[in-house]
Amino acid sequence: MATVLDPAGASAADERRPVRRSESAPPGGRRRFLPPLLAISPFYVLFAVFGAFPVVFSMYLSFQDWDGIGDMRFVGLKQYGWLLQDTVFWHAVLNTFEIWFLSTVPMLFLALVLAFLLHSQVRFAGAYRVAYFIPNVTSMVAMTIVFGSVFAQAGLANALLRAVGLDGIGWLSSEWGIKSSVSVMIIWRWVGYNALIFLAGIQAIPTEHFEAARVDGANSRQTLFRVVVPQLRPVVLFAAVTSTINGLQIFTESQVLFQSTDVGTTGGPGQEGMTIVLYLWQKAFKEHQFGYGAAMGWLLFAIIAVFTIINWRLVSGSDRDDRRPGIAGLLRRKGARDGR
Amino acid sequence: MAADHRTTGTAGLAIGSGGRLSRICVRAVLLLGVLISLFPFYWLVVMASGTTQDIYSYPPELVPGPHLLDNMGRVLDTIDFFGSLFNTVVVSVVGTALVLFFDSLAAFAFAKYEFPAKKFLFGMLLVTYMIPAQLSLVPQFVTIAEFGWAGSLKALIIPGAANAFGIFWMRQYAQNSLPDELLDAGRIDGAGFFRLYWQVALPLFRPALAFLGIFTFIGLWNDYIWPLVVMIDPEKVTLQVALANLNVLYNADYALVMAGALMSVIPLIVVFLFGARHFLRDLAAGAMKM
Repeated sequence: MATVLDPAGASAADERRPVRRSESAPPGGRRRFLPPLLAISPFYVLFAVFGAFPVVFSMYLSFQDWDGIGDMRFVGLKQYGWLLQDTVFWHAVLNTFEIWFLSTVPMLFLALVLAFLLHSQVRFAGAYRVAYFIPNVTSMVAMTIVFGSVFAQAGLANALLRAVGLDGIGWLSSEWGIKSSVSVMIIWRWVGYNALIFLAGIQAIPTEHFEAARVDGANSRQTLFRVVVPQLRPVVLFAAVTSTINGLQIFTESQVLFQSTDVGTTGGPGQEGMTIVLYLWQKAFKEHQFGYGAAMGWLLFAIIAVFTIINWRLVSGSDRDDRRPGIAGLLRRKGARDGR
Repeated sequence: MAADHRTTGTAGLAIGSGGRLSRICVRAVLLLGVLISLFPFYWLVVMASGTTQDIYSYPPELVPGPHLLDNMGRVLDTIDFFGSLFNTVVVSVVGTALVLFFDSLAAFAFAKYEFPAKKFLFGMLLVTYMIPAQLSLVPQFVTIAEFGWAGSLKALIIPGAANAFGIFWMRQYAQNSLPDELLDAGRIDGAGFFRLYWQVALPLFRPALAFLGIFTFIGLWNDYIWPLVVMIDPEKVTLQVALANLNVLYNADYALVMAGALMSVIPLIVVFLFGARHFLRDLAAGAMKM
């Protein structure tokens, strides 16, 4: 590792420094590297013990059958084989994607519109920001309990529906009710966060671009999609990638929502709220199948990696469609695909 | 600057030019957004201050009732609220302090010093940031259990005591806001690495430390899955786990559960409102740099 920096280069760099340390002075030489290396060491020590080792160990564990107490039994790739044949796992994968799609797409769109409106509104800007960000700050456990009561059979959501003459919905008992409820919680929690990120991006766009659009007679919608969105590309990419990573790791909402109603937490009626991480937690820490949990961790990692790359490509590499790149192009393409 | 934004905002977005009506529309939509953001908190207060019968009544009770203190008192009788609050405060405060210290120290070294393999080490830092926490949930638990830390607050504090995001963020800040001349002046006065860090760099890092501090504090306070996994003793848990347990065991007593939820939410909201202004500005700036 020490060969990465050659001694000649190091001393040349030294000579450029305004204050020259004498070559013969005792603290010179290699020892002067000691303080900065010492300063960065806590992270690398902690990472080695609690980050790198567990990752390697989880690879090893995923080839074992282990209940956490007894002996490990080497089973090779069988955990992965069982996982690929596990219908509950695939159900969890499908649920996770459905919830991810139901929440991420409307959330990013709403955040964009909100950011656009916030930008045109200068009064009370600070108060708006605080109000929009508060959902993101609060404990997910507490707010999931609140939303659980809102979506209960006799809860507020159904009371509202009945008040306008509609039938109540089985928010926490039907397939799409469950997925919508979880998605609503995610949207509520993350819209303001992403709106503030987008707002910062909009404020970095030069004023002339807006003026040019106005001179050309663009309306608000055209300004948003033709001027703002294309320039927001890196910011939208950031938001899309973080939303995907977060979205594929949903746990708390499903776990807390159905914790008290089902035995051992299986994600509610029909397991429609079962997510990948919830299933991982269930198998590893409720049923003590540590090898199975480790294998699932690796599949989750692979899924997240693939989707991060796809996200990256879709949002940043849409050069072929220059008129409507970025999230607008993404949404349009998604819409077109669904329509087919 | 503020006047600049005003012209960009209204004229540039072609909303103000539509006149009074569209301006009112914008304000109405934004206000609706605020109401939706804040409504669950209002609803939490309504439910925490009623009786369980009120909550199940139809049409539902829409204004707060008189039983708030009563319900809160029952929370204190039912679970060791202050015990788990204490655990959460210890984890959040000590964890945040360690993160601020270790991250800023490492960031100072990365921003202002040369040492072997620096580029490689910094690149590695960024790669570790990409590893999802759930990948190592199982083996991390096994590691902690092997150390005999399961059930101890150490398990919640130590593994995250230095993190890649914080070092990355602080390094960006250090590069832009810590002049080399200042460090050289300190060197002439005979200060070494650690004195320069403590007496010159750290005071200048304050704004960045404030952001990283609130960010870390909120994360530690709200963390759920890791404490759920690692705090194996049901008597000794954090607030989030205690609240989830309360929800399971006393599910029929809605008012009690809601009062507990309210009590768990209040401290963090206060902390956030305290530092919100700086925090939100830096959050946006941080995302722009990514």
